[in-house]
Amino acid sequence: MSTQRKAVALISGGLDSLLAAKLMLDQGIHVEGINFYTGFCVEGHTHAIRKKDKDKPKRNNALWSAEQLGIKLHIIDIIEEYKDILINPKHGYGANMNPCLDCKIFMVGKAKQWMEDNGFDFIITGEVIGQRPMSQRKDLLPVVVRESGADDRLVRPLCAKNLAPTLPEREGWIDRDKMKDFSGRNRKPQMALAAEYGFEDYATPAGGCCFLTDKNYSDKLVDLWQARNRKEYDLDDIMLLKVGRHIRPKPHYKLIVSREEGENKFLSGYKKHFGHIEIKSHRGPLTLLDGKLSDEDFQYAASIAARFSQGRDADTVNVKITTQDGEEKTYDIKPMPASEIKQEWYV
Amino acid sequence: MSFYTLDARNTLCPMPVIKTQNRVAELQAGDELEVTCTDPGALNDIPAWCRINGHSVKQTHEEGSEVIILIEVNQ
Repeated sequence: MSTQRKAVALISGGLDSLLAAKLMLDQGIHVEGINFYTGFCVEGHTHAIRKKDKDKPKRNNALWSAEQLGIKLHIIDIIEEYKDILINPKHGYGANMNPCLDCKIFMVGKAKQWMEDNGFDFIITGEVIGQRPMSQRKDLLPVVVRESGADDRLVRPLCAKNLAPTLPEREGWIDRDKMKDFSGRNRKPQMALAAEYGFEDYATPAGGCCFLTDKNYSDKLVDLWQARNRKEYDLDDIMLLKVGRHIRPKPHYKLIVSREEGENKFLSGYKKHFGHIEIKSHRGPLTLLDGKLSDEDFQYAASIAARFSQGRDADTVNVKITTQDGEEKTYDIKPMPASEIKQEWYV
Repeated sequence: MSFYTLDARNTLCPMPVIKTQNRVAELQAGDELEVTCTDPGALNDIPAWCRINGHSVKQTHEEGSEVIILIEVNQ
């Protein structure tokens, strides 16, 4: 009786990895999924912090993919390890702060480790030659193979016919003819295959899955590093970059001003860790203060925060300022005129 | 059978799932784990994770801004 071969599939939650895993399941391979959490993932419910998004369907796409496939999914927290990838990428960044090639090499390397630790035989990804501009260029796919250490145990079912045969193919564990020859940026072949399989409601193909590819987010991350004079972050830092208006009126501090009720609730969870401003006399945002502020700075920040409240046109707005040490003071503050809030303050 | 609690408040997807996954790995079949979250997405994610991995959700409810999910570990 032949041994059932086992593969670990990198499952991002996107269509390609869903299809790649399905192609292997169809060939009788035992597949389990692995998903790596870097902290920079764009998932539906991160957007659903905002009240207007409250009724949007919330789902983790990697879990959804695993359920569609009927496979186990192992979600691995790599936030700490990923820091070195982001801060020192050997292959540099893409258009923004996205170290896509180093990231792919790292994740495939982690999958290889998991494969070996768990007695699996090979690794599956949903990569397609020429689809993503940085990590899926034809000349760079072999770099992933080599530098991850996966070598010929890395199978890309969606474009395998365009690549050299891998060990699983040479050994007869999988049939090359039953894999695909997709290439380029056109998603229609994948969508047609999804329709054949009856997959519906999958995550939008070509949707950005990482905040590091987003210019606005990347600008905030660079600003954070510059303000702290070091390239460091923790999970709370990178979550907060996704929320609120970030305003830096002076080099040594910034405001994170909530934009609505959902963000107010989210930012409330950080009140014990940051100095903050609450508007007492009118409806208004919760504002967190990142940095070391003097009394004068606090009042200046409060006048900015008051600008975003319902009391923006009032003579004064009553605010409660809580310092990082927990000291509370209240002030009647004149809201800063809109014309004095400089565009360059916005991060 | 033992009862355990897990505080996953003030974390966002997928951290409630990761915390649940890692805690369940330490438990025995028959144990119960009550997970408290503030991410409303956990109401979808944790049951999905349970279905995929063969565990049972015995109860879910909301208290103010918190969602509480009671899991029975099956294997």
